[in-house]
Amino acid sequence: MPVSVTDRRLLTAIEDGLPLVPEPYAELGRRLGLSEAEVIARLQGLIAGGVIKRFGMVVRHRDLGYTANAMAVWDVPDDRVGAAGRRLAEFPFVTLCYRRRRQPPVWPYNLFCMIHGTDRRVVCDQIAQINSEPELAHCPHAVLFSRRAFKQRGARYSVREAKETA
Amino acid sequence: MDDIDRRIVNALQDPDAFPVSERPYAEAARALGLEEADLIARLRRMCADGLLSRFGPLFDAERLGGAVTLAAMSVPEDRFEVVADLVNAHPEVAHNYARDHPLNMWFVVAAADPERVRPVLDAIAQETGLSVHDMPKLEEFYIGLRLAV
Repeated sequence: MPVSVTDRRLLTAIEDGLPLVPEPYAELGRRLGLSEAEVIARLQGLIAGGVIKRFGMVVRHRDLGYTANAMAVWDVPDDRVGAAGRRLAEFPFVTLCYRRRRQPPVWPYNLFCMIHGTDRRVVCDQIAQINSEPELAHCPHAVLFSRRAFKQRGARYSVREAKETA
Repeated sequence: MDDIDRRIVNALQDPDAFPVSERPYAEAARALGLEEADLIARLRRMCADGLLSRFGPLFDAERLGGAVTLAAMSVPEDRFEVVADLVNAHPEVAHNYARDHPLNMWFVVAAADPERVRPVLDAIAQETGLSVHDMPKLEEFYIGLRLAV
């Protein structure tokens, strides 16, 4: 969907968070020179158009106790990877699932999923459960637990561009 | 975190739980059996304490015209800190994790301008003298990161 300059100003104004005041959309309107009704209508349009995927709480998972986080990867033949990805996405403990480009020879894997857990043993059991699926049978795989987070913040997409067009 | 904080975190990760209406906190609070002022105060405290990175939107970078990729490097252990600082110094790097694998540093590069992603990866390769392996997303099967506490 096309994102107008006004929409971008609005996205920039909320990318670090919605004002934590009783009438946050009226507050944003005051900052941007828009009416509360216009702010609400524009945000609803951005949500309906999928530009805003989700509105609400963005947690720092490690600070909430999710320290056993694994990236599990498989090398699935290209003609089977779609079916395998859709099957993986059905597991309730899979939090993200993507097909990505391989980087042979160092990285032969093309199917990636994340499992966020509080206990490594549980996460390993969950990955074993995935591995018993016929779509993934005999596919080489690896599990990469994260050791440390050096940087963890939401990506900022709109700020620079909005400034450039302002 | 007390039980009420936990209920708030569990409820408000739901994509449909927070309305875009004139008094959204009042509506969300009512559904949780709380007062508006109490919900706002608790969200402020959890943001200040770093449990929440923010209370607001999660964007779709591609629909905004931007681009995101996942990249990985093999970093010698004795250079890990120095290389992490070089990588993190780029504002386009949104996340950076150490992982157990010969490719031991994994980071996400996100840019409003898709043309910016490649130069950032090239700059990191040049600054560190290490190969940067780019693994862009080809297809998305699921994104539903939602964690119960």
